Amino acid sequence: MSEALVIGVGNPWRGDDGVGPAVARLLAGTPGIQVAECGGEPAELMQCWSGYERVFLVDALVTGAAPGSLLRLTAETPLPRPARHSSHGLGLAEAIELARALDALPPELVIYGIEAESLADGTRLSPAAASGVAELVLSIQSELHQRKDAKTQKGR
Amino acid sequence: MTTRTIEVNALARVEGEGALYVRTEGERVAEVKLRIYEPPRFFEGFLVGRDFREVPDITARICGICPVAYQMGASQALEQVCGVSLDPALENLRRLIYCGEWIESHGLHVFMLHLPDFLGYPDGITMARDYPELVRNGLRIKQIGNALMRLVGGREVHPVNLKVGGFYRAPTPAQVAALREDLAWGLEAAAEALEFLAGLEFPDFEMDYEFVSLVHPDEYPILHGRIGSSSGLDAPVEDYDRIFTETHVIHSNALHSHLSDSGRPAFMGPMARFALNRERLTPRAAALADKAGLGAVCRNPFKSILVRMVEIAFAFEEALRLVEAYQAPARPAVEMMPRAGTGYGATEAPRGICYHRYTLDEAGMIQDAKIVAPTSVNQPSIEADLHGFVQDNLDLPDDQLRHRCEQVIRNYDPCISCATHFLDLTVERA
Repeated sequence: MSEALVIGVGNPWRGDDGVGPAVARLLAGTPGIQVAECGGEPAELMQCWSGYERVFLVDALVTGAAPGSLLRLTAETPLPRPARHSSHGLGLAEAIELARALDALPPELVIYGIEAESLADGTRLSPAAASGVAELVLSIQSELHQRKDAKTQKGR
Repeated sequence: MTTRTIEVNALARVEGEGALYVRTEGERVAEVKLRIYEPPRFFEGFLVGRDFREVPDITARICGICPVAYQMGASQALEQVCGVSLDPALENLRRLIYCGEWIESHGLHVFMLHLPDFLGYPDGITMARDYPELVRNGLRIKQIGNALMRLVGGREVHPVNLKVGGFYRAPTPAQVAALREDLAWGLEAAAEALEFLAGLEFPDFEMDYEFVSLVHPDEYPILHGRIGSSSGLDAPVEDYDRIFTETHVIHSNALHSHLSDSGRPAFMGPMARFALNRERLTPRAAALADKAGLGAVCRNPFKSILVRMVEIAFAFEEALRLVEAYQAPARPAVEMMPRAGTGYGATEAPRGICYHRYTLDEAGMIQDAKIVAPTSVNQPSIEADLHGFVQDNLDLPDDQLRHRCEQVIRNYDPCISCATHFLDLTVERA
């Protein structure tokens, strides 16, 4: 499929954990972009991106960086997997590595993280996370436009 | 005399946080501790002073894997206090969502947590490179369980559509019928996976367990039954507190349980259900158990992976039957009026009996709550297995012994987070 897919991961009822779904909702209706929201479960993710060549995954991050700051990773190389002692859920990095092992990764997978400030109950994003969401919406749009321009130029 | 200690300070591929400590002196196992250090959860305390209608939404939070068990046991106990019984159509819908929970919980454990032990991989992701088809099918099996929970429960983790008295909204026949194809695929995939699993090599190890599970005359137990055991116990759920004595041991934040009469540990979960209810399995699941070489009783805890797989097949078969017979219930829930009193509930969570007891006042406020998770009951059995297994395998070097000990624990699919309401391994050899 020539359209790009943006997948928002996270729980919109837990404050800044909702940044992924917020980005997906803001990008809904943009020409050339399909959006989806997903819990991050491996089989669900694989089913969600199946058939798409270009996929953007957006999730909240807690790294200690300034709230709202963006991190861009690609799945070209294996993602670092934190040591986990619990299996109540597989993390996003584990889901992506599982998909790689199963040869089920899309040809291009970009992972965007937005640093969260608060993961408290409620649907409200912190001002810093909301500004991170706005910045990321613009940068995904421009990333796709540049690609389109580059393609058009190549085509000429 | 040489002392050996084997320790695992944070157990992997179990639900929650725990550790293991084994100390041997010469040719004798001197001490075994399954340390559950995940902090206590205090759910029973949170519930006191709450309206009885709030309970299933709170108890759902005890576990992300088996929330339905906590919602159902609570609902049953509260319905008993209020003198209400559910319409058969609502009972069937409860059994259907519970099948979804067995499928997703067992599916995760069999394929991602337990199988790497038998095939010699550190985790499911590494295993997936060499066994992609098996892992792909395992993930899909789990996903179908999730879909079943989502349809009936509103969402797969901590479902929101369950209430005391039934459901907020019942799914439409068309929505339920849409699951049929996936469930039929799941039953075949489970049969195929069981054939593969039956070919695995299992350590030669058996224990003389006292199996305890719900027992029902007409069905393989999920939601209903009396408390039965391999030594002939047959008692109503109301007797649970008399049957079991809970004690606090210093190395665990989850209370241990023993049978009050004999002082023996009880073994709960798939192998107990299977031992006490095998003849009430659905026909296909029973045939698959035969084909996998499971006799009337399985006492090798490593073979629990086979029994779990049989139960996955059972849950698919049972869900198919319920889906095919589904008609929208006349009402999504039974009206409930509070009454003062004490009620008891017990269902078969994926890991065994999940027991609930609540006392209400006339206004329906919770005065007292007691919840017992099966993993907490299984702790002494896990320790007995470790004791027996280490004693039989003292010739193994520490690293191999440590790895085997972790497997002994994973055989139980322990849900430490539920139980604390626990795993690191230390072996000391003297």
